[in-house]
Amino acid sequence: MVNLRVPTILRSYTGGAAEVRCEPGTLREVIKSLDAAYPGIGGRLLDDGGKLRRFVNVYVNEEDVRFADGLDTNVPEGAQVSIIPAVAGGA
Amino acid sequence: MTLQLGNATSLTCRECGKTMPLGPLYACEDCFGPLEVGYDLPRLTRADIQAGPLNIWRYAPLLPVPADIASRATTEPGFTKLVRADRLARELGMRRLWIKDDTGNPTHSFKDRVVAVALAAAQEMGFKVLACPSTGNLANAVAAAAARAGIRSVVMVPANLERQKILTTAVYGGTFVTVDGTYDDVNRLASELAGERDDWAFVNVNVRPYYAEGSKTLGFEIAEQLGWRIPEQIVVPIASGAQLVKIDKGFAEFAGLGLVEQSKWRVFGAQATGCSPVSQAFANGWDVVKPVRPDTIAKSLAIGNPADGPYVLDVVRRTGGSIADVSDEEVVDAIQLLARTQGIFAETAGGVTVGVLRKLLASGQLDPDAETVIINSGDGLKTLDAVAAAVGVPQAIPATLEAFQASFGER
Repeated sequence: MVNLRVPTILRSYTGGAAEVRCEPGTLREVIKSLDAAYPGIGGRLLDDGGKLRRFVNVYVNEEDVRFADGLDTNVPEGAQVSIIPAVAGGA
Repeated sequence: MTLQLGNATSLTCRECGKTMPLGPLYACEDCFGPLEVGYDLPRLTRADIQAGPLNIWRYAPLLPVPADIASRATTEPGFTKLVRADRLARELGMRRLWIKDDTGNPTHSFKDRVVAVALAAAQEMGFKVLACPSTGNLANAVAAAAARAGIRSVVMVPANLERQKILTTAVYGGTFVTVDGTYDDVNRLASELAGERDDWAFVNVNVRPYYAEGSKTLGFEIAEQLGWRIPEQIVVPIASGAQLVKIDKGFAEFAGLGLVEQSKWRVFGAQATGCSPVSQAFANGWDVVKPVRPDTIAKSLAIGNPADGPYVLDVVRRTGGSIADVSDEEVVDAIQLLARTQGIFAETAGGVTVGVLRKLLASGQLDPDAETVIINSGDGLKTLDAVAAAVGVPQAIPATLEAFQASFGER
C-alpha cells in the first residue's frame, strides 16, 4: 500500500483524515483510485484537461514529481505521498 | 466573529476568482490558487498619510491590520532611506538612480515589513505562535517581532545558512530549528506542520495573504519619498517573487487613490544564475515556472520553487520590463561596486540586484535616461562570507612612521 498525506483543505473529502492509503501505481493511477474512494478529490488536484493544477505540489518519497515524471511518476509499494498547496514560502 | 483588520474585507483567489471571508486561509479550496486580500478602500489624502508615524503604519488604512496598530508592540519597520545614488549612476552611465535601502529596518532587511503585518493579522485571528520557514532574513524578523510582542516564535532554516544569520536569529531566544536540507525542503516541512498545529501562524504559509501585503509599503514609500511620484523603472530581486508583485500593486493602489499621478512604470526582476527559475521562464516565454535546485551564494534568493513566479512573469510582461540573472562572481563584484560608489554594504541579494541593473543597461533593456529605483533588501553584515575572499585584508604593520611610509608612502 501507499501512504498519502492529505492537506487540510482537502480533508473535507476524507472525513477529516490526515492520512489515507491506496494502491501503488503511477501518480495518475493513485489519484484515480483516491478519487474513487473519495469522490471529487481528483478534481481538486487535476484541472479539466487532466493536468496537475499549477498551485499543487506533489511529493513522492520527498521528491517533487515535477523533477520526476509528473503524473507518470512511479509510486511504488510502501511509498509516502504528500500533497501540499504550492502557495507557500517567501525567504 | 468578524475580524477587525482595518479596511480589509475579504479574500479572493487569484486563479479562479472565488471570494471568501477573511480568515486563516491561504490557498483556494477549489483550485489551490493563492488568495489576495480585498479592501473597501477609504478616501485617503497625502495629508492623512503624512500625519501618521514615520514607519509602515502611516499606510495602515491600506493594510490588513487593526486600526489601532500603531499603538501596539511592533518593531515599527519601514520609512527607510531612499538614497540618491549619483556616484553609482555616473559609473553606470545613468541619468538618475535611487536606492531604496531597506537595511535600515529593525533587523536589517525588508522582512520586518511583512512580518509586522503578518503578526498583526495573526494576533487578530487568535494564533498563539509566530512561525516561519526561512532563508535567514525572515528568521531574524520573526524572532525579533515575536520577542517584542511577547509571544513564542518557532523559526526553521536550512542548517547550511550563513553563520551570521544563524546567530542573529538564535539571539532572540525563540524555538530555533535548523534542518538538513534546502530552503524548499524546510518550506515543505513547514507547510505540513501548518496543517497540524492549529494555533501556529507560519507567516509565509498559512497567513501569507496578509504577510505579503506588507511589501506594498515599499512601493508606497518610494512614491512618497520621490515627492508623490512613481519612478519610471524599478529593479527588484526575486526570491518567492511576492515583493516584486506587491511593489507593483502598491504603485497601482496609490495611482488608483489619486495620491500620485497616473504614469507608466516598468518592473524589472533580478535573480542569481544559480537559482533563476523565473528568469529562465521569462527567457523561454513560459507562463509557469519550472522548479530548480538552487546553487548560489545568494541564499536569501535561493527559492527553487517560487510561489509567486507566475505573477512576476505577468507583472514584468504587462509593464514592459524584463528579468535577468547574474553569476555569483558578478554578485560579489556588484556588492563591491555598490560599497565603493555609495558607501552601502548590501547582502548578496543587493549584489544580485545591482549586477542585474548593470547587465540590463548593457543589453539595452533598461533605459539609462529614465529615472530608476533599485531595492537593497538586506545588509551585507549578514553575508560576510560572500565577500571575504574578494575583499583584501591588509597585512598589519608596526606602529611606526617608517613602516607606514614603507607600505603606504606612495598612496
